[in-house]
Amino acid sequence: MRGFPWRETIRAGLLGSAVALHVSLVGMVEAFSRREIVKDVVTLGQLLLLLVVLGAGYWAAGKAAKRNKVYGIFAGLLVGLIIGLVLAALALSIKPLHLRQVFANASRGLARVLLFNKKGLAGVIKLLIVMGGGGVVAGLLELLPSKVRRPLLYALTATLTLGLLRDIFAVILPRSISRFFYTSSGLTVKGAVVLTLVWAAYFTASELWGQRVRSSLQALPPTQQKTLRWGSYLLALIILLGLPPLLGERGGYVFEVLDIVGIYIVMGLGLNIVVGFAGLLDLGYVAFFAIGAYTMAVLTTPELPAVRQYIPPMDFWEALPIALFASLLAGIILGVPVLKTRGDYLAIITLGFGEIIRLLVISDALKPILGGAQGITGVARPHLFGWTAKDPQDFFYFILAAIVIGFFISVRLKDSRLGRAWKAIREDEDVAIAMGIDHVATKLTAFATGATLAGLSGAIFSSKLFSIAPHSFNILISIYVLSLLIVGGIGSLPGVVVGAFALVGLPELLREFAEYRMLVYGAALVVMMIYRPEGLWPETLHVAEYKHRESTSSQATTASVGAGK
Amino acid sequence: MGILDIVHVTKRFGGLIAVNDVTITVEPRTIHSIIGPNGAGKTTLFNCITGFYRADEGQIIFDGEPIQYLPPDEIARMGIARTYQNIRLFSNLTVLENVLVGMHSHLHSWFIEPILGLPSYKREEAEAREEAMRLLQFVELEDKAFFLSKNLPYGEQRRLEIARALALKPKVLLLDEPTAGMNPRETEETMALIRRLRDERGITIVLIEHDMKVVMNISDIISVLDYGQKIAEGTPLEIRTNPRVIEAYLGRGAAMGLSEAA
Amino acid sequence: MLERIRVRLRHLSGTDIALWLISVVLVVLIVVGSYRSLTSGRYTVRQWLDFVIFGLAQGGVYALIALGYTMVYGVLQMINFAHSEVFMSGPFTAYFVANALDKAGYFDSHPIISLGIVFIVAMTVSMVVAVVLEMLAYRPLRGSPRLVPLITAIGASFFLQYTFRGLYGSGVKAYPDIAMLHGTWHIAGLNIQKTLVVVFIAAIFLLVALYTFVQKTKVGMGIRSVAEDQQAAALMGVDVDRMISMTFAVGGAGAGAAGVLYALIFKQVHFFMGFVPGIKAFTAAVLGGIGNIPGAMLGGLFLGVFESLGPSLFLEGLGVPASYQLKDAIAFTMLVLVLIFRPTGILGERIAKRA
Repeated sequence: MRGFPWRETIRAGLLGSAVALHVSLVGMVEAFSRREIVKDVVTLGQLLLLLVVLGAGYWAAGKAAKRNKVYGIFAGLLVGLIIGLVLAALALSIKPLHLRQVFANASRGLARVLLFNKKGLAGVIKLLIVMGGGGVVAGLLELLPSKVRRPLLYALTATLTLGLLRDIFAVILPRSISRFFYTSSGLTVKGAVVLTLVWAAYFTASELWGQRVRSSLQALPPTQQKTLRWGSYLLALIILLGLPPLLGERGGYVFEVLDIVGIYIVMGLGLNIVVGFAGLLDLGYVAFFAIGAYTMAVLTTPELPAVRQYIPPMDFWEALPIALFASLLAGIILGVPVLKTRGDYLAIITLGFGEIIRLLVISDALKPILGGAQGITGVARPHLFGWTAKDPQDFFYFILAAIVIGFFISVRLKDSRLGRAWKAIREDEDVAIAMGIDHVATKLTAFATGATLAGLSGAIFSSKLFSIAPHSFNILISIYVLSLLIVGGIGSLPGVVVGAFALVGLPELLREFAEYRMLVYGAALVVMMIYRPEGLWPETLHVAEYKHRESTSSQATTASVGAGK
Repeated sequence: MGILDIVHVTKRFGGLIAVNDVTITVEPRTIHSIIGPNGAGKTTLFNCITGFYRADEGQIIFDGEPIQYLPPDEIARMGIARTYQNIRLFSNLTVLENVLVGMHSHLHSWFIEPILGLPSYKREEAEAREEAMRLLQFVELEDKAFFLSKNLPYGEQRRLEIARALALKPKVLLLDEPTAGMNPRETEETMALIRRLRDERGITIVLIEHDMKVVMNISDIISVLDYGQKIAEGTPLEIRTNPRVIEAYLGRGAAMGLSEAA
Repeated sequence: MLERIRVRLRHLSGTDIALWLISVVLVVLIVVGSYRSLTSGRYTVRQWLDFVIFGLAQGGVYALIALGYTMVYGVLQMINFAHSEVFMSGPFTAYFVANALDKAGYFDSHPIISLGIVFIVAMTVSMVVAVVLEMLAYRPLRGSPRLVPLITAIGASFFLQYTFRGLYGSGVKAYPDIAMLHGTWHIAGLNIQKTLVVVFIAAIFLLVALYTFVQKTKVGMGIRSVAEDQQAAALMGVDVDRMISMTFAVGGAGAGAAGVLYALIFKQVHFFMGFVPGIKAFTAAVLGGIGNIPGAMLGGLFLGVFESLGPSLFLEGLGVPASYQLKDAIAFTMLVLVLIFRPTGILGERIAKRA
């Protein structure tokens, strides 16, 4: 074994062990083991540990395989075994050492999960076999050419995701199809195999011919590209509009989730203007969401005699513009003093503002107007021509409309004079000022636009919930929205959607996950900042479009210069 | 009265006097260099002119109007643009966008026009793009218009910074060491560019520069600062022979270098 | 002179006027509220003094936490948002030690030694958390744009919070009641709770000790040189990475100790305990001029007293019901006001240039 990177391998093993211990002791492994991905084959808890082994093993194998291919596999195996041994030690020490007295999640259940429901040595051996096997697989993956590895990994990820999303698909799909793929929990074995094969075929094809398709699309004349793009937007919209009637009664749960995701998308679009475009880190963003929601609730509820004495309850459409105006105004009022400061202080001030608003809402001092800690019930629902929205399906349309508005505003402003001023301030505020940009007005507009979108989101939210309470408006909401922006790709509009589905949609579907939401978000923020600050779906320049504009405009310039001479 | 009058300006930082009772008159359509050793207060003076620092005493008069109390963005809109010693581009914006930001104060749309997509807005944007492309052509960057500015090589970043400043349509352009870090050929090109700015566009240039060859070659007038004070002023010839400059600031070796450069 | 005022007035911006109006309104509210509270006679002088004493003890805790914020800001120019979790991690872990000691009866037989052990455990844990945090999360991001480390710190903060929630459970843990700290002492004509006296004295002692460490030792000098000018320090042969680690270690130790003192006052720990004191301590750090260590200490004490007096002094006088609920709101208002009106703090920053 000359030249084998022992130190790196052992370090990878120990780091992996630390992560595996962490996820085990915070309770994720046990909680997730209740969710089966493929029936009787793999649970989410086991998958979590396997992913740790795969990650650490892959890293170590990469180091070792530089010397010798077999070393790579051996390094993977070693890493898997180290992690397996550490986990075995944990599982066996839980009972004799009374770990439960300190670690709330070091339960016998955890030991059982770690040892695959077996006792003592048999369990340890099985654990070592699985972990070691995972390590070997990691080593083998390292050896595969990337043309094979990538489609394979994508296919597995896609299949596992579909397994995770059983609760949605098993409901939506027609019974006969759903029976083939899904059991009462997770995928069926044959379903998993079929899905993996289909996905693998798809990803291989896209690996082989994807580039060609893309470039031939780019070669199309710009007008056709534009038609194509708008056509695909339209198609997406039609599908979305058609979803509720298509799914009918079965869709209730799906739309419950989609509505929440949509509300976050609207908020995300608003915060994207503030943080992504203008570079103002607003940690009190939830305040504007709350102002929208509370304005809607206070104006429309039949409760709150102190208010009703002066204003009769309004209906949704009367209250909506007032709610929007209130959040806009709040954005400006809070914005004026706040925007004098810059950068990191701004984040803390806005955080302070958010908390002040929450404390005021909870306080008894304002209870007659804002309902105090119990909140307000009886918020009005939107109605149109005698039809009143009440199901999640109905609200889906309103939320979709809000998303379209948010998208439209963002797209239109992005490359306008105002959008450029925002981006200039984000990049270098001093220079932007030296270019004659009125930074206070520019930042204020960003703040106010973001606040209004949050207010819109809040108004729909409170109407959909029918009753609201202050605990729905704590700082964590601001952090959720910030996280979904950063994971999706800050400044990127599709990124907002991707981020919202990943960070809001998934936890809504996976109830086990809810408790670990902030843990994962926190880790995601750190990891994204270190390894992928541009996000999963970064803001891209439309190269083809630019190329075209470039050629026409340079023609134009030469023409005019020629005329000048 | 010149286009830019710096009248008895003093700027202190705590106990340190960075600019001490400096009076400089910049005549229109000239290249006016400000030289002096490191820490002589040149960049501080630039910051006072552009409004980023408030002068403690004295007046700065631009085109007959006192500007020392105006906020920096307003000063920029009046027609004073600048570049920076350590290039400060909007690095994640494209080259074209950088120039378009420079044109900000000459455009009018704000929130509602782009959202409604008004024809007047579309026309304004198209014209702005055309004009920006012309400026890029002027600094020979038109074929890099859609590159991110951070991906440009150093010399082109310097030129882009000048193009961005020009987009402001300034009457006075403050250049802070525009040839720093350039090779002789690039320096030569930049000098030619600066001359063209004066001759073709009628822009008054105030230049901070360390490279004596450049300064002596290009300047109409030179002011020499030392420890925040102006110790000499005159044409390159006068400065080269000014005993105070040679003795107190340049030293004998440098003085010899100067005569060689000429 | 007149000319200058005239020109200034002409160019007064809307924001300046708005800010000025806000400050006038606040001052009027505070003065009127205080006047009405003081003349209403609802509280005796002794009660007011009690508020002050409680505020001083609490302020000492804030000052100890603020030390970490201000030192890290000094060397890295970043807000270590996760410092509040560094503060939580120590006493939360030490709870189990304290509990074991209490069950074994050591708190009754050797109270001082037992407390010492609890302190050492808490300080060590907080120190380790702070140093590891810096190594894993912040070090790879040196030199990136300002918001990047801040967002990382926010992420790290929640990661740590929910890690400890997962490890030790989400419930509130009651710190053992220490018999020695029961009751009051009669000092200068006042009956003062023993706990508050001990907390205040311990906080001052620790502050002085840590400050001396930074001022007098070689490591402390290294830390200060890095804060002054990182590049110059590196050129002079200072190991910058090590000094930054040491900064986090010192700040972490202070936060861990502060956590135990906090647990002594409020008798409980839980995973979310760091958030509010963390923000308040940050306010204290800014109040004293961020980067300025004595400033952070004074800022902490001032904020503690201000927040303790605030609800009864200003709010009740203005007729706000249940004003104690708004105690935190007062601290947050203070935070917002300080950051807006006096971001360089009352004593001024130690940082020459803020990019």
